[in-house]
Amino acid sequence: MALLEIDNLTVEFPTRRGVLRALDSISLSIEPGEVLGVVGESGAGKSLTGVAVIGLLEPPGRVAGGQIRFDGKRIDNLPYEAMRRIRGRQIGTIFQDPLTTLNPLYTVGHQLVETIQTHLALSDADARKRAIHWLTEVGIPAASQRIDAYPHEFSGGMRQRVVIALALCAEPRLVIADEPTTALDVSIQAQIITLLKRLTRDHGTSVMLVTHDMGVIAETADRVAVMYAGRIAEIGPVAEVVRHPAHPYTEGLMGSIPSLEHRVARLRQIDGAMPRLNAIPRGCAFNPRCPKVFDRCHAERPELLAAGATRAACWLYDAAAAPAAFAPIRGTHA
Amino acid sequence: MSATQAPAKPAPARAPSRWARALDSDLLYSFRRSPLAVGSATVALILILAAVLAPWIAPQDPTNVANLNLLNSFNPPLPLEGSDWTFPLGTDEQGRDVLSAIMFGSRISLIVGAASVIFAVVVGVAVGLLAGYAGGMVDAFLMRAADVQLTFPSILMALLVDGVVSAELPRNLHATFQIYVLIFAIGISRWPQFARTVRGSTLVERNKDYVMAARLIGLGQVRIMATHILPNVLGPVLVLGTLTLGLAILDEATLSFLGVGLPPTQPSLGTLIRIGDDFLFSGQWWVTIFPGVALVLMVLSINLLGDWLRDALNPRLR
Amino acid sequence: MPEAPTLEAQDITRMFDVSRPWLQRVLAHEPRLLLRAVDNASFAISRGSTLSLVGESGCGKSTIARMAVGLMPPSGGEIRFEGNPLSTARAQPALRRRMNMIFQDPYASLNPRWRVRDIVAEPIRAFSILSGAQPIAARVGELLVQVGLAAADGEKYPHEFSGGQRQRVSIARALASEPDFLVCDEPTSALDVSVQAQILNLMRDLQQRLGLTYLFISHNLAVVRHVSDRLGVMYLGRIVEQGPAETIFHTPLHPYTRLLLDAIPDLEMVGRSRTPVGGEVPSPIDPPPGCTFHPRCPLANARCREEKPVYTQVGEVQVACHAVAEGREAA
Repeated sequence: MALLEIDNLTVEFPTRRGVLRALDSISLSIEPGEVLGVVGESGAGKSLTGVAVIGLLEPPGRVAGGQIRFDGKRIDNLPYEAMRRIRGRQIGTIFQDPLTTLNPLYTVGHQLVETIQTHLALSDADARKRAIHWLTEVGIPAASQRIDAYPHEFSGGMRQRVVIALALCAEPRLVIADEPTTALDVSIQAQIITLLKRLTRDHGTSVMLVTHDMGVIAETADRVAVMYAGRIAEIGPVAEVVRHPAHPYTEGLMGSIPSLEHRVARLRQIDGAMPRLNAIPRGCAFNPRCPKVFDRCHAERPELLAAGATRAACWLYDAAAAPAAFAPIRGTHA
Repeated sequence: MSATQAPAKPAPARAPSRWARALDSDLLYSFRRSPLAVGSATVALILILAAVLAPWIAPQDPTNVANLNLLNSFNPPLPLEGSDWTFPLGTDEQGRDVLSAIMFGSRISLIVGAASVIFAVVVGVAVGLLAGYAGGMVDAFLMRAADVQLTFPSILMALLVDGVVSAELPRNLHATFQIYVLIFAIGISRWPQFARTVRGSTLVERNKDYVMAARLIGLGQVRIMATHILPNVLGPVLVLGTLTLGLAILDEATLSFLGVGLPPTQPSLGTLIRIGDDFLFSGQWWVTIFPGVALVLMVLSINLLGDWLRDALNPRLR
Repeated sequence: MPEAPTLEAQDITRMFDVSRPWLQRVLAHEPRLLLRAVDNASFAISRGSTLSLVGESGCGKSTIARMAVGLMPPSGGEIRFEGNPLSTARAQPALRRRMNMIFQDPYASLNPRWRVRDIVAEPIRAFSILSGAQPIAARVGELLVQVGLAAADGEKYPHEFSGGQRQRVSIARALASEPDFLVCDEPTSALDVSVQAQILNLMRDLQQRLGLTYLFISHNLAVVRHVSDRLGVMYLGRIVEQGPAETIFHTPLHPYTRLLLDAIPDLEMVGRSRTPVGGEVPSPIDPPPGCTFHPRCPLANARCREEKPVYTQVGEVQVACHAVAEGREAA
């Protein structure tokens, strides 16, 4: 059974100019021990998905439909206290900016011990030992001294390691990581990604890795969901989505990423921009920009359809409906 | 039709006019939805209009001695016994209509208050911009000057200025210049707040790339300050100005109450309160209470408006 | 006689005084703290080409960008624009308008209170390129179309545009002074990948059409590979490797260049894991002695810890590394 199941989730924001649908009936699941990447550009809704799962949706935003199930039980409609017990203990979080995640007025040790004691019944001494153990696990040298240091005394990469320790110290089953490496230097990014991979594999923790960086996903995730305008465009095993993208948006996305391996004369570009939430086109949200658009795309919103090894929300893969001229395209990342 | 469906090919629209934009703005929307804002704005507007239009709509001109009739003195306000429709709020010991006196008095209070705020804004914004943009010694010097200014309570400052000027000016010019002295005294005690606020905003804006882009094409410092930075630091000034208006009016009222404000020939609300104070416990309470109520209403409504404005303009709270 | 390069920097250095305020420093008996942001960097950009400077935070590339365009004078060394000293060039409006800059943050690089048409028109007015409302408006319209927007967009305010569109406005403004040389300070770092592709393509088109010379600053090696003719890799203020971009990407010599190339999460690396090099970039205030990279370098020896390396020429590439000079490279 899947650890996390998101079932036709819809998130809306009522504004003075009408209701904005930020997430429109998205469905995905995460198996125990799996790393699922959620990738998309700004405004696609990927961070919002993580926020909705953890129950930190800011009013007036609200879950307007669908369900979120953790370990088979619904969590989107839980009262505050019940959700609070799940946060940290069952679901941990890593946010982008370690500077704001850590409270600058408390030592690192204090924050770790506080988190540990909130979720596990341990004495002060035991909790402190555990905190030191975790600091060593995440690669902080001289952990038994550094535990009493303040966040500003650490460098950026070290702070993010502390944040990872904070997220994992209560041994959650799922970690939601929202852009964990974006604010870090390239060489530190690599270290943090490797650390995250190792720790989650060692402890059997599942990860929902939300990022805009396809490279990070390619290295870290088992499966990936590509989001566009609040919907899932494609979902499948990482190797397949990267090498043989089925959805025209994914294909365009892969083509616009400059490759380190070789240089092209001109990057593939997708003209136009992602639509604003209050101007999402009828039918498939990608239809104004799609090079392979046809009639049905303007009329009906596509479901996730089987497209080889992945699933894509694209009418090209409805064999009965797609015109003969449009055989499903197998794109390769050039 | 839900808001998520785009309408079919809208006709290309011209960019909306400034007026249309302003009417549709988030600020006006939040204003309409806040009963407190609408309420206080209405009260303030009524008081201000009554004050501004006083020479034309007041029932009686209290400065014209010929209008006064001692037989009318100490009329109580409606609906008490002995009152008169022509003097709805009663009269004072010389037969002056309290309502008219309040309207004319508010006029003075508002003029002095507004003028001193404008003075404080002009000086404060200029100093703040200069200090924030120039930095270094200029900044240090200007901010220390502001600190020194802040150590003097505004009333003390006003008394000081008033004392100096009274000593220097010949007697017959006192009355004419008193109002300018008062405006200057109150304004000079209030500019440091504006300077600090503007300096803070200037420090933030100065490092932004658009300022660097302007420097790159060789624009002079003054031009950059005036055309690029100034428009971006005025937001908090508006809020502070509104709140300071209330404080300036109170300053003036206090000074007049203490007797160092305007001469009794141009009574402001403060003066009226002082004059009426003598009769408070001898039964003619209305002479001092009504001007007091008017003062409170005016300052309160302006303050509430300022509070609302501060929250409405705060991007974090939106 | 060969044409002078558009921009040439010779041994430029930049120091910043980061000491505490004078009084506190004196009372605490602390010495002055000087930060060496740029350490004897030299490079030359020939007309119509693109030189990229790449490195992580604190390497000094942004400082070089500001010096290259004249916003900041170097503490030592010299910068020349088309053979003339940069300070002289900047003093003459005719030369000053031939260089301009594109900034990283699309949200801070446009004055939020100005309309786009005024933002783009400002250089035109400042340099008196055109006069009169009509000719200026027409030119602004042309520029907006040239960067992929509509002439009518001039009426709008910056907040009505997306990040990518704002960058286009920024480019239009930079082009308004009719420059030959543009410094691009991480112009696409704040943009989404698909928008980045649009902007990079646009910049390449403009370069070909208008014969522009670019100094391109970035931390993203993949983007840099796509746009550069020549490349300089920076670490803690020094250019540690410099040469034709393709050569460096093909055969990176300096251990730091190798580290950077290895560290980048890459689409080709699906399923593969790697062993990243440990350590972090040290603080530029107190850099390690000798070769500043030695604490993280797999090839460091005693000499590296004491002696700062000079440049070795390997083909068309210049490298500052003892291991390369001694032929000691690892496999």
